[in-house]
Amino acid sequence: MNFHRSLIVIAATLAVSLATMVPVRAQEGDAPPRQHWSFWGPFGTYDPAQLQRGFKIYREVCSTCHSIKLLSFRNLSDPGGPGFTEAQAATIAATFQVTDGPNDQGQMFQRPGKISDTFPPPYPNDQAARAALGGKLPPDMSDLAKARSYEWGFPQFIFDAFIMYQEDGPDYIHAILNGYTDPPAGFVLPPGGQYNKYFPGGAIGMPKPLVDGQVEYTDGTPTTVDQYGRDVAAFLMWAAEPKLDQRKQLGFQVMIFLIVFTGLLYFTKKKVWHSVLHES
Amino acid sequence: MSGHSTYQPQSPFMLWLERRLPIASLVYSSFIAYPTPRNLNYWWTFGGILTFMLGVQIITGIVLAMHYTPHVDYAFNSVEGIMRDVNYGWLLRYVHANGAAFFFLAVYAHIARGMYYGSYKEPREVLWILGVILFLLMVATGFMGYVLPWGQMSFWAATVITNLFSAIPGVGHAIVTWLWGGYAVGNPTLNRFYSLHYLLPFVIAGVVVLHIWALHMVGQNNPTGVDTKSEKDTVAFTPYATVKDGFFIGMFCIVYAFFVFYIPNYLGHSDNYIPANPGQTPTHIVPEWYYLPFYAILRAIPNKLLGVTALATSIIVLAFLPWLDTSRVRSANYRPLYRQFLLIFFASVIGLGYLGSQEPVGGYVIAARFLTTYYFAFFFIILPLLGLFETTKPLPNSISESVLSEAQS
Repeated sequence: MNFHRSLIVIAATLAVSLATMVPVRAQEGDAPPRQHWSFWGPFGTYDPAQLQRGFKIYREVCSTCHSIKLLSFRNLSDPGGPGFTEAQAATIAATFQVTDGPNDQGQMFQRPGKISDTFPPPYPNDQAARAALGGKLPPDMSDLAKARSYEWGFPQFIFDAFIMYQEDGPDYIHAILNGYTDPPAGFVLPPGGQYNKYFPGGAIGMPKPLVDGQVEYTDGTPTTVDQYGRDVAAFLMWAAEPKLDQRKQLGFQVMIFLIVFTGLLYFTKKKVWHSVLHES
Repeated sequence: MSGHSTYQPQSPFMLWLERRLPIASLVYSSFIAYPTPRNLNYWWTFGGILTFMLGVQIITGIVLAMHYTPHVDYAFNSVEGIMRDVNYGWLLRYVHANGAAFFFLAVYAHIARGMYYGSYKEPREVLWILGVILFLLMVATGFMGYVLPWGQMSFWAATVITNLFSAIPGVGHAIVTWLWGGYAVGNPTLNRFYSLHYLLPFVIAGVVVLHIWALHMVGQNNPTGVDTKSEKDTVAFTPYATVKDGFFIGMFCIVYAFFVFYIPNYLGHSDNYIPANPGQTPTHIVPEWYYLPFYAILRAIPNKLLGVTALATSIIVLAFLPWLDTSRVRSANYRPLYRQFLLIFFASVIGLGYLGSQEPVGGYVIAARFLTTYYFAFFFIILPLLGLFETTKPLPNSISESVLSEAQS
C-alpha cells in the first residue's frame, strides 16, 4: 500500500519538478503587482464613483487613440455600471459627433450622439489609426481587461481558483501605466519604442500616457498615476464585463439553492439506502 | 438480467397504450426496475452526470445559436452581443463554455473509472468501443465549438489543428484545403464548423442511446468486477441509483456553478477576447485544458507525421483496450501491480497536461518524451505482459459476500 503510494508521489513530483525547473519567462514582462479591487471575490461589486473617474480618464486621455467600439452610451446608465442617469448619459452622448447616413441626398453626415449609439472610434478605420500613430494600432479597449492576463504558473494558478482571482487583466493595465522606467543596461530600444517593465518584451509603442495631476478629480481622490491606473483599469473591467454585479448576485442565489437542494438529496439518499446497508 | 418487478399498467389508457406502443414498460424496465449492483461507488455516477451535461450543452447551445452569427466579420461581435445585450446571455454563454470543460472533466472521470475497474472487459467490449466513439465525437464537437467565438485562440487553434492533416503523405495538403473550403482558415471554415457543431451533439445523443442499450444488455460492472449472481447482489435503479446519481449531480453542479458565477474565465484563454487576426500569431498557441495531454504528445515528437500518428494513436488505442489487457480479473482492487501502473499512468496523463500548457523547450521536452513513452508503454507493453505474469488477489464469490465482509471488518 505504502509502496505504490510513494511511487505515485515520485512520479508526480518528477513530472512537476522537471516541468518547473526551466525558466521560460525570459522574454515576458515582470509580474504585475496585484491591487485591491472592489469587484474581487464572491460579493465584490463595481464602485460607481471609481468607474466615473475611470471613464473621465478614458475620455480625456485614452480615447484620443483607443476605440471602445462595443460600449454604447446607454451602458453608462445601466445597473451595475458607473451610475450615470439616463439624462446624463444622453448629455455625454451629445458631446460626441457620430457619422450617420446615408441621408436622402445619399450623403453621410455628422450629428450629435444619442444614447443608442456606440462610442465613435478616434480614427475612421484601423489604417488611418496606424498611419497617424507610427504604424502601430492601439488595441480596442472594449474587452481589453479580459484580453490581458499574466501566467503565474504552478502552483499559483491553483490557488487563484480558490481565492476566485479573475483580476489579472486590471492588474496588468494598472501595471503598464506605472511601468515606464529607464531600460536596464544593454537593452536596445527599437525606434519609436518606450521601455515598460511590465510589457512583454519590454518595448511598448505607447508613450507614457499619464502623469500625476493630469486629470482633475472633483471628489478629493488623489490625482496620482497609481490612482489613475486603478480607476481606468476598473472602468475597463466594467466595459469588458458589464454584467459582473448581476452575475455575482444571481450566483449567490444559485449557490444557496444548490447547497440546500443537494443537502436534501444527501439525506434522502441516506434514508433510501439505510435498509440496503443494514439488512441481514 | 431479470428485473425485480415488471410493469403493470394501472389505468385503462396506459393499458391501451401498452398494447400499441410499450414505451411505458420500456422506461419502467430501463430506469425503474433495472437491477444495478448494490456495491457501486460514486465513480459510477459520472454516467448520469454526462447525460445531464449533454442536456445542458444542447439546451444552452440551441438558445445561443439563436443569437450567434457564423460569419468572420460578425461572429466575435455577435458573441459579445450575447454577453452584453441578450437577456441572461452572459449566463447562457458562461454555462455553455464552462459546460464543455465540465463535460470533459466528467468524461475523464468516467473513462478512468472504466480503466480502474476493468469495465471494458468481456462482455462489455462493444459498450466500451461506443464510449471511445463518444469521446472522439466530444473532442471534435468541443474543438469546433471553441472556434465559433472567432477570437485569436479560436482562429489559431483552427489553423494548427486542421494543419495536422497536412502531415498525411501525398494527399495531406489536398485534405486540408478541402477541410478549410479555401486556401486558409476563413469564412467557409467557420460556417461548416458551426454547422457540424450543431449537428454532432445530436449524433452524440444517438450514440449515447446505443451506449445505454449495450449497457443494459450486459449489465453494469461494479467495484469487485465480479458478475452479479443473484437478486441479493442488486438493487432497483429507482430509487437507489436515481437518488445517488441525483445527489452527486448536485455536488457536481455546486463546483460547476462556482466556476460559472465566480471564475467564468478561469479555464479560458485571455487571447480569445481579442478578435481573430490572421496576420498576427499569438505568442503561445495553447488548446483548452482538456486537450493538453494529447497536445503534449503531439509536440513531444519532432517529426510531424509521427507526432500526428502518435496523437491519433493515443486516443484510438483506447478502443483496443479490451484486447491489449490480457488479464481475466477486472477490478484493479484485485490486481496490485496493475493498480500501481495504472495510477502512475493517470499521474503521467496529468503531467502531460501540464507540459502541454508550457513552451516546448529544454527540460519540458525531455519530460514530455519521458511521459509519452510511458503512455504508450502502458498500453503496448505493460498491459499485455501484466496479464500473463501478475499474481492477483483472491476474488470474492459474490458481490453480497464482499459487501458483508466489508461491513464486518
